Amino acid sequence: MKSLTAATPEAGSTLKRNRFWIKAFQQRYLYMMSLPFVVWIFVFSYVPIWGWLTAFQNYKPKDSILDQEWVGFDNFIELFQDERFYLVLRNTLAMSTMGLLVGFTVPVIFALLLNEMKGQFFKRSVQTISYLPHFVSWVVVAGLVYKMLSTDGGAVNQLLMWLNIIDQPIQFMAKGNLFWGIVTASDLWKEVGWNSIIFLAAMAGIDPELYEASTVDGAGRFRKMWHITLPGIRTTFMVLFILSIGHLISIGFEKQFLLGNPLVSDYSEVSDLYALKYGIQMSRYSYGTAIGIVNSIVSILLVFIANGIYKRVTKETVI
Amino acid sequence: MQGVVQKNIGDKIFDLFIYVFMTVVAIVTLYPFLNVLAISFNDSVDTVRGGLTIYPREFTLKNYETIFGFEGLVTGFKNSVIRTVVGTAIGVVAASMMAYTLSRPDFQARRWMSVMFALTMYFSGGLIPGFLLMKHLGLIGTFSVYIIPALLSVWNVFVIRSYIDGLPYALQESAKIDGASDWTIFWRIIFPLCQPVLATVALFIAVGHWNSWFDTYLFNNRSPENTTLQFELMKVLLSTQTGSDYRDPNAQQAMAAVSPESIKMAITIVVTVPILLVYPFLQKYFVKGMTLGAVKS
Repeated sequence: MKSLTAATPEAGSTLKRNRFWIKAFQQRYLYMMSLPFVVWIFVFSYVPIWGWLTAFQNYKPKDSILDQEWVGFDNFIELFQDERFYLVLRNTLAMSTMGLLVGFTVPVIFALLLNEMKGQFFKRSVQTISYLPHFVSWVVVAGLVYKMLSTDGGAVNQLLMWLNIIDQPIQFMAKGNLFWGIVTASDLWKEVGWNSIIFLAAMAGIDPELYEASTVDGAGRFRKMWHITLPGIRTTFMVLFILSIGHLISIGFEKQFLLGNPLVSDYSEVSDLYALKYGIQMSRYSYGTAIGIVNSIVSILLVFIANGIYKRVTKETVI
Repeated sequence: MQGVVQKNIGDKIFDLFIYVFMTVVAIVTLYPFLNVLAISFNDSVDTVRGGLTIYPREFTLKNYETIFGFEGLVTGFKNSVIRTVVGTAIGVVAASMMAYTLSRPDFQARRWMSVMFALTMYFSGGLIPGFLLMKHLGLIGTFSVYIIPALLSVWNVFVIRSYIDGLPYALQESAKIDGASDWTIFWRIIFPLCQPVLATVALFIAVGHWNSWFDTYLFNNRSPENTTLQFELMKVLLSTQTGSDYRDPNAQQAMAAVSPESIKMAITIVVTVPILLVYPFLQKYFVKGMTLGAVKS
């Protein structure tokens, strides 16, 4: 009796284990299709997290990560004592906030106006043209921006001179105080059409009966835009907005790298460029990693703050 | 529904405003490209006089002849084409395969694999640990650094998966009853049915590969045989901005003879045109694809 009760669960578990292996064998093709990618994602996405340890070390590439000299928070202390770091943080936050505000409002207005257009052919053409810059690289865009803003024959300077707004060409790329604006404007030029797609899609999903009902009620065009179209895309807008706040600090560095030059570096250097400069070009890997970690922490904090505000306002949550 | 109400003056002015505004948007978007195109076909000595707008004043192909004599550019072009074609083909197959296994409700490992993939969308190791990883894997200075680390995009996997979820599962079940293996079901049924979403994903991957320059800068700046077109353009652009010299001695000579401006513009066109040729054909797919993404997320 005793042996019987003891044996049953064991038999049960071996049976279960057997069933697992039988099923696994039946699904062997599914395993073959997915396991290589699981290994891949482990190596390329999870192993680098392990590399965060280097921030607490004095990392020398020749030894393994476990045989390094541990220095505790020294790298972070040095980072927080560096004045340049605060400048870089200011630039990052300034450019990403500007990008966030302009990069959301303008595509919405653009989509709203496109949505009001009736000529299908013209509408399509404008849309197709507006997507175009999204597909070219930042290298190309930087080249175009330099060309358009140049002092000899740049289109912008010529236009401003022709309109008598200025009488001397402006050296746009040499003025630090203009850099944030130039980056934001270039980004807008590149992405406005592309970013409007999602809002246009949301607008297309609004129930046409709402418009008909409001027409019957005597609502004009602007009332319809204000009371139906805009509220109709509110959810899409908010979700995208909160998600981009999370990327506020990780805005990347392509634009800043390509558009910046030594004359404007006080305004153009952002956190990733800073990490690149110290971490790779000067081989101070531990210090560079510490910059990356501080970045991620600020980024996560920003998402939580944004989500908290959103929750307060709407009683809903996005994350 | 608009016709029900008579149009008033305000509406007409607003319509006019929209048309004017959209025309301005179109001009502002297109002008820089046309300007660059015009300069690239214009005689370089004449270009210096300035005042070129959207058509060449003295037409010539000299600028293009010159840049195709640059060794770096030709190698870069070849590498960019190869990495785009290979990277896109592998990327599409990889992402759809992974998406298929994650979409199978009866797959044992589905849950933990989904979690493992989803988590990577929220955090990453960052620039330096990523660089050190490439170093340890011996990928620096190789062509595979363009392909292997970019093999899969988790975002693409989830986009394709949500598309597969929309397909009727009965298709797979009936195939299974007919004796098809999971492998056959994927290749013969799921893969062909996913065409619209795969076209979108392929475009994204291809654009990413074609436009990328930073990986060349970071991992391959000391191996000229692995250069890419975007990186070559970047070198030319930055060299003339800061006044330092472009390293290729061939190029230096040519630039002295032609004028760096014309060279820059001709290279810009060579870099831009291939991608612009592709996108109008895929436009209908990506608009749909983006909409799908919007609904799901």
